[in-house]
Amino acid sequence: MTGRAAANASVPARFKPGDAVSVRRAHPPGHIRTPWYIRGHRGTVVHALGPFANPEELAYNRPGLPAQPLYRVRFRQREVWPDYAGSDADTLDIEIFQHWLEPAGSGR
Amino acid sequence: MNDPHDHAHDHDHHDHAHPHRHPPRPDTDDTLGHFQIMEIAVRELLIGKGIVSPDEIQRAIEAMDARGEALGAKIVARAWTDPAFKARLMADGTEAVRDFGVDMGTTRLFVVENTPAVHNVVVCTLCSCYPRMVLGLPPDWYKSRNYRSRAVHEPRAVLQEFGTIVPAEKEVRVHDSTADMRYLVLPERPAGTDGWGADKLATLVSRDAMIGVAFARQP
Repeated sequence: MTGRAAANASVPARFKPGDAVSVRRAHPPGHIRTPWYIRGHRGTVVHALGPFANPEELAYNRPGLPAQPLYRVRFRQREVWPDYAGSDADTLDIEIFQHWLEPAGSGR
Repeated sequence: MNDPHDHAHDHDHHDHAHPHRHPPRPDTDDTLGHFQIMEIAVRELLIGKGIVSPDEIQRAIEAMDARGEALGAKIVARAWTDPAFKARLMADGTEAVRDFGVDMGTTRLFVVENTPAVHNVVVCTLCSCYPRMVLGLPPDWYKSRNYRSRAVHEPRAVLQEFGTIVPAEKEVRVHDSTADMRYLVLPERPAGTDGWGADKLATLVSRDAMIGVAFARQP
């Protein structure tokens, strides 16, 4: 089961479109919907999709609450893959749950 | 390569009186795998306990088989011809496709639009998430490790293998379908279709164009 959760059973949203974020570089066991290849990379929030039950809990038949805000985060392909062969402008959009995101400063 | 008679034969069909034998190829459907056995066991238990009936399972299979790319093509063609519908589709795909009797269930439909500046393509690197409610069952290649791993890393090379060459100045945007959204690509409407109705336009919209590995057909 997946699905949109009631806002009153969810973690407050920390991010909004335009925010710079980085994906946690973590490797916990279990059912993780954050692709391995994107962990540790910086991107920009492009859509805040609202709260959804946490799939890491749903996978073990638990309710997945409190729900986690889900975002669509845009990454530059060139930043993700050092050997990327396409255009500099090419991008990659991924849905990532809030607990996998941290604020990224404007530095670097 | 397109000519089946182009490759060298080491036998001559016309001079042989007897048929040549190919080595027998084993059937691939004569043994059940672990998950097939588990599926049958769970299904029989659910029926045995009266939780679902065989009829309900059959109807669910028929409903899945009845959904296909024709439905997605109708949605795209309407978006091309009805600006108000397109605006609703882009703002909230899940709600807009209710017009076509589509219930997205626990997932949500997220429509991404191809433009002169951006070409979108969809993949699910983690498994095989696919907008089944509007496109039916995914093609086998969509579930292959080859597509799933390469579409994010070298999308332009993958697109080229589908015959889809995206100009260098156009952004290729890959969508990795990792969670609750299901993605439908709204292709660019082909030139030379002014005045076409939605039914005729729908014939130009292929499944692959709605995954984003192809463009809409040219009229």
